[in-house]
Amino acid sequence: MEILKYIGIGLVLLGSIFLLLGAVGIYRMPDVYNRLQAGTKATTLGAMSLILGVGFMEPEWLVKTLILVIFIGIANPLSSHVLARSAYKNNQMPIIKNGIDAYKKINDSEKSEEN
Amino acid sequence: MELNYLYITVLVILSIAFIIGMLRFIKGPTASDRVVALDTISIIATASLVFMGYIFNRYIYLDVALIYGVLGFIGVIIIARYLEGAL
Amino acid sequence: MQTVSLLNRFIYTWVILFILWYAFTTSLEPAELITGGFVSLVVASFSYKVFTGSGLKIFMPHKLFFVAQYIFIFILALIKSNFDVARRVLSPSLPINPGIVEFNTKLTNDFAKMVLANSITLTPGTLTIDIVENTFYIHWIDVKSDNPEIAHTEIANNFEKLLLKIFN
Repeated sequence: MEILKYIGIGLVLLGSIFLLLGAVGIYRMPDVYNRLQAGTKATTLGAMSLILGVGFMEPEWLVKTLILVIFIGIANPLSSHVLARSAYKNNQMPIIKNGIDAYKKINDSEKSEEN
Repeated sequence: MELNYLYITVLVILSIAFIIGMLRFIKGPTASDRVVALDTISIIATASLVFMGYIFNRYIYLDVALIYGVLGFIGVIIIARYLEGAL
Repeated sequence: MQTVSLLNRFIYTWVILFILWYAFTTSLEPAELITGGFVSLVVASFSYKVFTGSGLKIFMPHKLFFVAQYIFIFILALIKSNFDVARRVLSPSLPINPGIVEFNTKLTNDFAKMVLANSITLTPGTLTIDIVENTFYIHWIDVKSDNPEIAHTEIANNFEKLLLKIFN
């Protein structure tokens, strides 16, 4: 069982580094959408791997940690999707370099219906 | 006691991550940015609860982490719906 | 989406809720299991009409094989996307070229659309902003083209093929 423990230690260290990376991404990126991109991906894998690492270090906890991992894998992208949509409807224009913004027309048509 | 070094390393990394997220939370500039930072912070808190459960060897911390994760998820969704103007 | 019988959907809901109960309690004592069976029966009888539309089909062995394949591809994409994020965040010049693209999906099942949206959010450089009927709106951190066809093949093709096999 020693080998499981070392795998667990590796996963925990990797997970904490990815969580740190997610926080740095939140801090450095220039607008809400890019922050969500960096934040969601890095924190999802970071939290998953840290929790799974704890599960490997204590094999009796494995089932419960798997539940937590699955929950984070489902809930985290969902909340980032809701946040991105709410930011757009809240009139936060994304930084667009090439002028490609396919979502603008939907948003504009909804607004003109309200008025 | 190499494992003690593991505890200290992981907890220091998680604290730095928490502080950087908090800086974004303070800096703003809009409400959406703050909610994004809050989402990240709550996931870091969930992960650190699980790790503290391992340190103190208490199984109940996993349930606490699960409930904390669910409540953070619901809170973020409610704030986002409010910003969207749907509430 | 073809409809399946109500009994089929009810049993599917019951089984899923009972698995969830076992996962939360993780104990094999008879009292816990009987309580769990009863509670999930009651909850299933209230919620089976909104819980599922496709029923027990998904437990067939060849579909489970596709589900395993999907999870494998998904984890590979998740790890790849994290190294992509690491590269972008840590390089001093922040190499981003963002834009919002759209494409149409062939999926009809709502649950399948949700799985596809979540997978897109966790794969390299893309974030689902909204789904309007069959159209996905994607924030892409490094836009290659605003043509919906190209965006579809670049972003969603691998996942969508497997999801069509699983849910149809």
